[in-house]
Amino acid sequence: MNAMLRWGLIFVLIGLLAACAQPTRDVSEAERQAAEVAAAEAEAEAEAAERARREAEARGLGVDRDLSVDPLDDPDSLLAERLVYFDFDRDAVRSEFIPMLEAHARYLSRNPDARLRLEGHTDERGTREYNLALGERRAQSVRRIMNLNGARDTQLEVISYGEEMPVAFTQTEEAWARNRRVELVYEVRR
Amino acid sequence: MKLRNLQVWLFGLLLLAAGQAGAVLEVTVTEGVTGAIPVAVTPFTWEGDGAPAEDVGRIVGANLARSGLFEVLGRERLADSPAGPDDFLSEQWAAIGAEYLVIGRLRPDGERVLIEFHVFDVLANQRLGGFRIPVPPEMLRRGAHRVSDIVYEQITGDRGAFSARIAYVGVTGRGDERRFTLEVADSDGANPRTLFRSAEPLMSPAWSPDGRYLVYVSFENRRSEVFRHNVETGARDRLASYPGINSAPAWSPDGRRLAMSLSRDGTPNIYIMDIDTGALTQVTRSNAIDTEPAWSADGETLYFTSDRAGSPQIYEMRLPGGTARRLTFEGSSAGAAQVSPDGKSLVYVRGGDGGLRIARLDLETRQGTLLTRGPLDKSPSFAPNGSMVLYSTTERGRGILGSVSRDGRVHQRLAARTGEVREPAWSPL
Repeated sequence: MNAMLRWGLIFVLIGLLAACAQPTRDVSEAERQAAEVAAAEAEAEAEAAERARREAEARGLGVDRDLSVDPLDDPDSLLAERLVYFDFDRDAVRSEFIPMLEAHARYLSRNPDARLRLEGHTDERGTREYNLALGERRAQSVRRIMNLNGARDTQLEVISYGEEMPVAFTQTEEAWARNRRVELVYEVRR
Repeated sequence: MKLRNLQVWLFGLLLLAAGQAGAVLEVTVTEGVTGAIPVAVTPFTWEGDGAPAEDVGRIVGANLARSGLFEVLGRERLADSPAGPDDFLSEQWAAIGAEYLVIGRLRPDGERVLIEFHVFDVLANQRLGGFRIPVPPEMLRRGAHRVSDIVYEQITGDRGAFSARIAYVGVTGRGDERRFTLEVADSDGANPRTLFRSAEPLMSPAWSPDGRYLVYVSFENRRSEVFRHNVETGARDRLASYPGINSAPAWSPDGRRLAMSLSRDGTPNIYIMDIDTGALTQVTRSNAIDTEPAWSADGETLYFTSDRAGSPQIYEMRLPGGTARRLTFEGSSAGAAQVSPDGKSLVYVRGGDGGLRIARLDLETRQGTLLTRGPLDKSPSFAPNGSMVLYSTTERGRGILGSVSRDGRVHQRLAARTGEVREPAWSPL
């Protein structure tokens, strides 16, 4: 029904255009061809809009909403990665994590209402209060990179848990490496 | 080594029977001294009706043994207790190898119970002293700790610390089930009481010099904040909640100020808070990590951890804010300094090839001594008489408490029956 309505409108518009063109009488061949191209483009656009609307309906979204997926939910996106790992007693962000952090910074820059918690953690090899400070320094390193890539300070909250919230519990290099991390936790999405 | 692996005290069983809450600790002496002093402690006779609520003689014997300085003779070896101090026959006790003898009795006296006891030097064939301690009947156990303190002092010449309490952090469960508790127990692990429970981490408990308060860091508001907790009433208030981390609270010896590490200006520096007014004074100004402040006994110097030279090391600074002088050079790192009660030495965590170990630094000679073997020993706390150091360690991957004598010769472990325990803090006397 809607599709037919839309097509109807397009034909009416073309008809009106043609009517407007009437007074000049001697419409040149070139102008006629341009009008045909414009009509074809309008048709293609209408078709694309219709496809998007159908897809949105299939996902249960209203037609008046923003139709694209939140890239945070896209498992193939860099934004799906939320963990940055660190070397022992270091707070420098390793280069392999830079593209991921840039992607999150871009997301924050495009979505000014989004809020991100940067939770710094350490392994257990160190004194507890020193580790609390080290975890903060790691989270601050991450914040600096995100600031440089367009995230605003008001969007970022730095928190340290030091060694208090491990995710791996054995006393092995592998477990320690998993615990030396900054977790990116979205408090508010766009 | 007579004491090695021989004696195990299961305080937990007693406490379970008494229906106590909290994480119960079991104490094991893992390594004793070759020259432990043989002591006989006879059962304290009860002169009231029924049976006494506590076996005072047994508590005293267990305390003395736990100090590592004494070998307490088994009751089956003991001669009959003399009826009174005048009936003491030294040959009788020398014959079973005792060098000292403790006898006692419990006498109901109105609303109270009188604990009367005598300490004898068997070899010198003389009585060192006789004492009477009146206690309410429900406080017999506390009385027994007081008896232990006196016996310890009579024999060694040093003050006992059995009446002091220990605070520590308990952890149970993992992931979303993880729960943190702040516990206070007698020095022998008995009578544990849960002061505070949280689903978020608790850390860094520290006693006020008068023993009435604990300060600690709680993440209950999803960030580190410093709280003060009245141990008797349970009243608590938040002392520090600045932007950034609020951590490592340490009470000044006069009880009026709190040294802390705050990162309110971006990097963690040491600050001193006047507890009554809340006014803050910044002590260190570095771009490095400055944390873990500890007060000297006279309150005029702060010791703290800083990584300003690359790795974390311990520094000292005269107050109100002189130049920081580095104190530790051995090992790859150093931190978490605690000052001995006499102010003459520090215990701290030393990092190196063996992992993390507890070490002692003599502040006069600047000589360092390793006290423990690692590999993950942290959070040392001096007994209030300086005789022993409690610390956090691990056993088969589980967090437990360890204790070591000042000279590093006597080792013990205190493990929770379930879950983990860590960050011990020994109360003042």
